[in-house]
Amino acid sequence: MAILLLAEHDNKALKDSTHKALTAAKALGSDVHVLVAGSGCRPVAEAAAKLDGVTKVLLAEGGPFEHMLAEPLAALIVSLAASYDAIVAPATSVGKNCLPRVAALLDVMQVSEIVKVVSPDTFERLIYAGNAVQTVRSRDAKKVITVRTAAFQATPEGGSPAPIEAAAGNNDPGISSFVGEELSQSDRPELTSAKVIISGGRAMQSRENFTKYIEPVADKLGAAVGASRAAVDAGYAPNDWQVGQTGKVVAPQLYIAVGISGAIQHLAGMKDSKVIVAINKDEEAPIFQVADYGLVADLYQALPELEQELGKLGR
Amino acid sequence: MKVLVPVKRVVDKDIKIRVKADSSGVELANVKMSMNPFDEIAVEEAIRLKEAGKATEIVAVSIGPQQASETIRTALAMGADRGILVKTEPGVEPLAVAKILKGIVDAEQPGLVILGKQAIDDDSNQTGQMLAALLGWPQGTFASKVVVEGSDILVTREVDGGLQTVRLKGPAVVTTDLRLNEPRYASLPNIMKAKKKPIDEKAPDAYGVDVKPRLEIVKTSEPPTRKSGVKVGSVAELVAKLKNEAGVL
Repeated sequence: MAILLLAEHDNKALKDSTHKALTAAKALGSDVHVLVAGSGCRPVAEAAAKLDGVTKVLLAEGGPFEHMLAEPLAALIVSLAASYDAIVAPATSVGKNCLPRVAALLDVMQVSEIVKVVSPDTFERLIYAGNAVQTVRSRDAKKVITVRTAAFQATPEGGSPAPIEAAAGNNDPGISSFVGEELSQSDRPELTSAKVIISGGRAMQSRENFTKYIEPVADKLGAAVGASRAAVDAGYAPNDWQVGQTGKVVAPQLYIAVGISGAIQHLAGMKDSKVIVAINKDEEAPIFQVADYGLVADLYQALPELEQELGKLGR
Repeated sequence: MKVLVPVKRVVDKDIKIRVKADSSGVELANVKMSMNPFDEIAVEEAIRLKEAGKATEIVAVSIGPQQASETIRTALAMGADRGILVKTEPGVEPLAVAKILKGIVDAEQPGLVILGKQAIDDDSNQTGQMLAALLGWPQGTFASKVVVEGSDILVTREVDGGLQTVRLKGPAVVTTDLRLNEPRYASLPNIMKAKKKPIDEKAPDAYGVDVKPRLEIVKTSEPPTRKSGVKVGSVAELVAKLKNEAGVL
């Protein structure tokens, strides 16, 4: 039998988290089918069909799937589940919302946010905000798994595209509906797929300081902007910027932490970054223990200087 | 409307946990235990609904060892009305917890169940979604705002791109995110009053639930550590190192 991977997308484009979860799915079995559920999302299915190792794309289009609400989406996945050994989704807000619902309907104990596939039934995942690694073996016949995408490389496009089939079934239970959304509008890359991230902490002191000090550097670097939980809780940054155990888990090439002390829960969200830079005026800040390059400095002086130095490099 | 609030007893959020030397798990002996922080937010939200006249009674439930009754007492001291303790060994998995909670919902008939989005020990983020599935109820996960509007519940959710609002036909399950509210501290008079509030004790068998784990924990190990790097003296030196040494600029 095969593996069913739920695609992450916005009805227009396939998201990078799908490419990464695919890498985990391929470690479970050779026959990976991608489910694209949405509305007017054929281009997404076509993009998924090109990915290496995908043998089929199932396209389910319809109003109830437009916003990927858990109730209709879980019903759809359950209706397809009989043909699959494992159901996999990236641990995005859609995956985290929907997949446990699928698991319960199938009477399966989900394995959440795996960071490694040891074998098709054994996985590594982090517990206690990343302070311990648990290796678990699933005894369920069918596996239901979410994937911490920062822990996997993206699967590139492969040879000839896989066939796209319509997935039958609109069994929306009709108990939930979409009312509205406020999505951050930004020309910057998304946090979870950015190559460079610059994040600010409580020391930023205000939303205006993010705009004045962090964002110009982000623009020079083509970086995404993140924030610590403390900064988000204080209202200095929107919730979708939060990097940490309960926010987004990221692993960019370069992560610059500015005015962030380095609470455990923040480190859990970024410590797999390739290169970590910390700028903090407190030289005892725990963030320096994980930083490759630490600069003890006042951020209000260091950030404008950083912007200038980057400018000298032609950025 | 009755509101059910499941609460979990976990290692206190400020404790730095230690992995046991024999890789059999995390050291839990003589470690300070507290209510899961997301569950405190759930209790607070239920109390606010009651204060606003939307909820009539708040039932706090915990599934765990005898000491989990202390966690229920904390919820009672905050303002919950009564408790139910389902006594089990520690470490019952989310699926079994959801099944037990379904049994309690069937008996208690609440209009709303509010839970934390995840427990800070196993970080599973599953129980609320699983309970909603088993009940056939809608779910409003990762809530940053909850509005009861007649029989509907409007939930604003923290999602990857920002915020999303959904309308749920009650009864429903809501799971809390960090910014839903700031939980209150229990006052001393309320802590005293909570001692007189009733806690029912049950066994999982009462709900016909098998709590045998589906996941075998093969081992628990220390995460790989990152060695700390160097301190640089200036921004210019930092940029030079990032460009020439790390090669990331």
